[in-house]
Amino acid sequence: MEKSENKNCACIDKKLEKELKEILEKYTNSKDNLITILNEVQMKYGYIPKIAQSKISEYLDIPMAEIYGVITFYSRFTLKPKGKYAISVCLGTACFVKGSEKIMERLKQRLNIEEGETTPDGKFSIDATRCVGACGIAPVFTVNGEVYGKATVKKLDEVLDSLQ
Amino acid sequence: MDTLEKIRKIRESKRKELDIRVNSTVGTKEKHILVCHGTGCTSSKSPKIIENFRKIIKEKKLENVRVIQTGCFGLCAKGPIVIIRPEDTFYAMVTPDDCEEIIQSHIIEGKVVDRLLCKDIDGSKVQKLDDLNFYKKQKRIALKNCGKIDPEEIEEYIAFDGYKALEKVLLEMTPDEVIEEVEKSGLRGRGGAGFPTGKKWRLTKNVEGKQKYVVCNADEGDPGAFMDRSILEGDPHSVLESMIIAGFAIGADQGYIYVRAEYPIAVQRFSVAIKQAREYGLLGKNIFGTNFSFDVEVRLGAGAFVCGEETALLESIEGKRGQPRVKPPYPANSGLWGKPTLINNVETYANITRIILNGAEWYSSIGTEGSKGTKVFALGGNVVNVGLVEVPMGTTLREIIYDIGGGIPNGRDFKAAQTGGPSGGCIPKEHLDTPIDYESLKQIGSMMGSGGLIVMDDTKCMVNLAKFYLSFTVDESCGKCTPCRIGTKRMLELLEKITKGDGTIEDVEKLEELANSIPKTAVCGLGQSAPNPVLSTFRYFREEYLEHVNEKVCKTGECKALAKIQIHEDKCKGCGMCKRNCPVEAISGEPGKVHHIDEAKCIKCGTCISVCPFHAIG
Amino acid sequence: MSKESMVNLIIDNKNVSVPEGTTILEAARKVNIDIPTLCFLKDINEVGDCRMCITEVEGRRGFATSCIQKVEEGMVVHTNSPAVVEARRTILDLILSNHHRDCLTCVRNGNCELQALAEKLNMTDVRYDGTKNEYEVDDKSPSIVRDFNKCVLCRRCVATCKKVQNIGAISSTGRGFSSCISTVGNNSLDDVNCTFCGQCIESCPTGALHEKYSINEVWEKLKDENTYVVVQTAPAVRVALGEEFGMQIGTNVTGKMVTALKNLGFDKVFDTNTGADFTIMEEGTEFVKRFKEKDNLPMITSCSPGWVKYIEMNYPENLPHLSSCKSPHEMFGAIIKTYYAAKNKINPEKIYVVSVMPCIAKKFERQREEMKENGLYDVDAVITTRELAKMIKQANIDFINLEDSMFDDPMGEATGAGAIFGVTGGVMEAALRSVSELVTGKELEKINFEEVRGQKGIKRATVKIGKEEIKVVVANGLGNAKIIMEEIKQGKADYQFVEIMACPGGCIMGGGQPIKSSKIRATVNVQKKRADAMYTIDEKSKIRKSHENPVLQKIYKEYLGEPGGHLAHEILHTHYEAKPKYRI
Repeated sequence: MEKSENKNCACIDKKLEKELKEILEKYTNSKDNLITILNEVQMKYGYIPKIAQSKISEYLDIPMAEIYGVITFYSRFTLKPKGKYAISVCLGTACFVKGSEKIMERLKQRLNIEEGETTPDGKFSIDATRCVGACGIAPVFTVNGEVYGKATVKKLDEVLDSLQ
Repeated sequence: MDTLEKIRKIRESKRKELDIRVNSTVGTKEKHILVCHGTGCTSSKSPKIIENFRKIIKEKKLENVRVIQTGCFGLCAKGPIVIIRPEDTFYAMVTPDDCEEIIQSHIIEGKVVDRLLCKDIDGSKVQKLDDLNFYKKQKRIALKNCGKIDPEEIEEYIAFDGYKALEKVLLEMTPDEVIEEVEKSGLRGRGGAGFPTGKKWRLTKNVEGKQKYVVCNADEGDPGAFMDRSILEGDPHSVLESMIIAGFAIGADQGYIYVRAEYPIAVQRFSVAIKQAREYGLLGKNIFGTNFSFDVEVRLGAGAFVCGEETALLESIEGKRGQPRVKPPYPANSGLWGKPTLINNVETYANITRIILNGAEWYSSIGTEGSKGTKVFALGGNVVNVGLVEVPMGTTLREIIYDIGGGIPNGRDFKAAQTGGPSGGCIPKEHLDTPIDYESLKQIGSMMGSGGLIVMDDTKCMVNLAKFYLSFTVDESCGKCTPCRIGTKRMLELLEKITKGDGTIEDVEKLEELANSIPKTAVCGLGQSAPNPVLSTFRYFREEYLEHVNEKVCKTGECKALAKIQIHEDKCKGCGMCKRNCPVEAISGEPGKVHHIDEAKCIKCGTCISVCPFHAIG
Repeated sequence: MSKESMVNLIIDNKNVSVPEGTTILEAARKVNIDIPTLCFLKDINEVGDCRMCITEVEGRRGFATSCIQKVEEGMVVHTNSPAVVEARRTILDLILSNHHRDCLTCVRNGNCELQALAEKLNMTDVRYDGTKNEYEVDDKSPSIVRDFNKCVLCRRCVATCKKVQNIGAISSTGRGFSSCISTVGNNSLDDVNCTFCGQCIESCPTGALHEKYSINEVWEKLKDENTYVVVQTAPAVRVALGEEFGMQIGTNVTGKMVTALKNLGFDKVFDTNTGADFTIMEEGTEFVKRFKEKDNLPMITSCSPGWVKYIEMNYPENLPHLSSCKSPHEMFGAIIKTYYAAKNKINPEKIYVVSVMPCIAKKFERQREEMKENGLYDVDAVITTRELAKMIKQANIDFINLEDSMFDDPMGEATGAGAIFGVTGGVMEAALRSVSELVTGKELEKINFEEVRGQKGIKRATVKIGKEEIKVVVANGLGNAKIIMEEIKQGKADYQFVEIMACPGGCIMGGGQPIKSSKIRATVNVQKKRADAMYTIDEKSKIRKSHENPVLQKIYKEYLGEPGGHLAHEILHTHYEAKPKYRI
């Protein structure tokens, strides 16, 4: 295992540490704040960096294994950064009934990666979500949070072409 | 000025100001442009619409015109929706570019923009929201304020009897009287299982304990259901007010609302509501000068369906992995941090204030013998009017799907409706006239669930649907108990085998054995109900399973390996729809002549089947 | 128990009356009705996850989880109705379907709770077979091997690590079918905050957790004629080894053990109890000095390597409180390779010292750089009580019918004080016996220090030595150690001498001892039986105070000089330093 996930210099770790400290100081060190803090870190960095796990562990006095257990339990938390374009296909029932499975298949085929993975160039990542609440315009997929409704395989292809 | 006096004053003055929202005959020069800001319409650029309206109004220096962001109107299929009050004109599928015309024509010149009016099921254009068939059979109790008020303005909520129930409870009632009222109303939990709400309150109140908690379950996990989200987005204070009332009734001073982080708008609106309520002294110490104190905190979920299960939810609030606890003990005895805890879902709470204000008798006059009041459904799938509907208990499925929902689009036939999400079951044609209530749905092998109602037409394969739900459960199983962790996985593997064409009769038997065993042995509701989609499709569509294993055929073509996609020459009119939509150019044919599919190129994606206007492909 | 708090129920047609709050499982066991369990571990893991213990309760929908559900008045329970048996078989079938079923070559063959269940429920095939999770085996650490392919997700190890030891090196991770028990980032136990106490192994029902075996290395050395293979056995091994051969818990098998070791071909068989006597001489002397000089009090014992790793990782700022003594087997190894080698004119490089220990952290301790003399490790291999039993079985020795033998001279003679080292409170008691007499110069009237004995997690006592009062604390289990460390850290410690053992109950309950099933742990007081056997050895010893051991007196006189003197320090003491909790 590599020593630091940031292959960059120590100053980046320092900056990260400072930011994490600011996040942590907003909360008491009560253990039930764990998920709230993880949510904030996830939103800020797009994943939960290792150094964050370690700082949270110290702050809340929760062993790292347990924090890891929580991170890997909840699907919103990720251990790796997402791609530049994070594409999510809704696999909720309304979208499924309207054919979102085909959109997911096409997406995996086009990008040659599986759900939860990022392309080697870091450009795209695929996720399945369960209902983004846009059932009225099902099926939908999202790119970095922007919703594309009434989606078809063709529409997906067009969007991918425009991003490539 | 103390809180009580301040609230009463606002209620009076603001109510007059907002008469325009409910009274179409009010004589005023004012115009309120209401724009839906629910998640569905937001995804279709409603924030941009609001922005454009405001910009144009400013440019044109229009006075007396206000733009209000509201919660969901319900008819998501026609979104983004814009309504203009007081005349109650209903514009559908509005784009940001339409704003200019609406302002110029409607507001300035007084001419309705005809092209933006909504077409009803029969094709006629409808001017007013209430004239739509979609709304006629609905009865809005939980959704009363959705689409009427700006959810981020507590004063608007107060104007429409907001915090009046709390006032009544704190100043005129004892906790026992409050619970009695809820008991008498016949309200049952709207989260799915239908436990009598009053009884739950009574049980929690009766447990001795200095510290108790009130929890609101807003972890709406059923994929394809968005009732709770819409309530939180459209009327957060009604939930908050009811939580405070619940706190008074059971003797709790702290509440938590557990919301999915996937619902950012709901989270934000509810947080705003809490902030405003605190500012008004509606949360905090000595509310309305009584010795009752109460506060509420928001806790975010992080993407785990199982956290909708009440004990898993408690674990999650405590900051842990959301793994359910074995019951008993129930949360009423040992909940958050081991303290007595009351947990109700969003929609349940949304009914409380109305029950307190209008009385238990009024509430229990709505609905059926065993299921009182109304139920909100997220109507989706192969139905014309996708959206949010609230109907009295006892309404039949047929009424919801055909009268309100407008029937099945594309001239297809109804095949099944699914209620209860991954825990529920499929309801076939022969049960369309079943009245919706807790017991009837259970009897026909489904369940009320939280309110997801997905309609499926005859292009849907029921084995594939069962596989879809099982893959959901397998993904979302917490992994704690053996039957759910391994059993559902084995069920999914068997379904995969069957849909791939490798299944045998023995596999069907094994599937059935597991489906019957897991409900008896799994720890929590998720595991216990996981086999329901399989059991109910077995019950009504067994022949499809047998076709898959015996004849190796999936008639709908959804199971690709068993699909036989071909164009029926007698039905094909040569319109070219299939050819144009095929993503791999596998279809050829001259216009007006029968088309053909090149099997070597075909990826069996099924697009052609769904786009063919003559149902000639299958 | 008063009559009112009793609950009457019927289990399998038997009337049962048990105190309120009893579980169905406990109630059934009271009347000898056996309900199978897998994830249940009394007081530690009572979660109802595995579903093996389901029973039918009349009038109730679904099955009752008997390890959790409390009895109710008038309850009618059926523990083995056809419906229950069928449901249990389905559950077991599912567990087996995701299990590497290579029982014949599994380390727990014959002592596996899953295997026993499969036999009991007559599992002749696996009906619901399917894909299995495949995991890499983690054998990086010197102490523990984890093989998830054998894991049944009972989570007994997680609960033990977290609730008993308060470490949390492992946790449930992932969810659903891919749930597994793991460390942070799926790193090796070697790289995280694990102390190698091995309590997880003791709680594991299957072969998913076991010690890193050294059996083969030891056999190799035994084969090699050029190597002088010396074995020493820790105090706690002799009261537990017999269990591996079906003998009663708490049987003292010292004589048979020595015979077996000689039969296995060891050149010399020595007693680590003598090493323990050295530890008392050194630690006692160190304490008296530090007590007089008020130097870094309280002084804390250092003979439990899991504990030492714990303080190095968690309380490095408190390391000066730790005694500088090596643990008994290390001291003894050092004596063998110096004094004994010189005296018998053996090249120490040719000596191979094997320690038989109730502990797996000793495997880690053995290979620490600090545990070397003249470039040679004090001890070359550590095997557990279980490994010794495996070797005896491999050699086809009929253990139960062996004659007794004595440890080899001249290092064989040890005191009762050395014997009780293996029980919580034993080190303290042994130390107090010697410190008291060395300080006052008078013989003790009462040699037993009852106040530091017993099963409590933390024992506090005030002992009078001459005119001085000494406050002492004994803690066992790392969860309890943490409580004491927090007191010291916060300046609340008013005591001068602390004994800490990493394992709950001390070495007799160490991570290398015979593994007891969940049912035995729930129904038999294993700790008490083993402890009683230790105290009996002490009672029957001719000499019961370390400083009276003639072997020691001779070696100090001939070789080491004064206890705590220069040479003693060089070979019997060491130093400890801060270690990172995580190397990830």
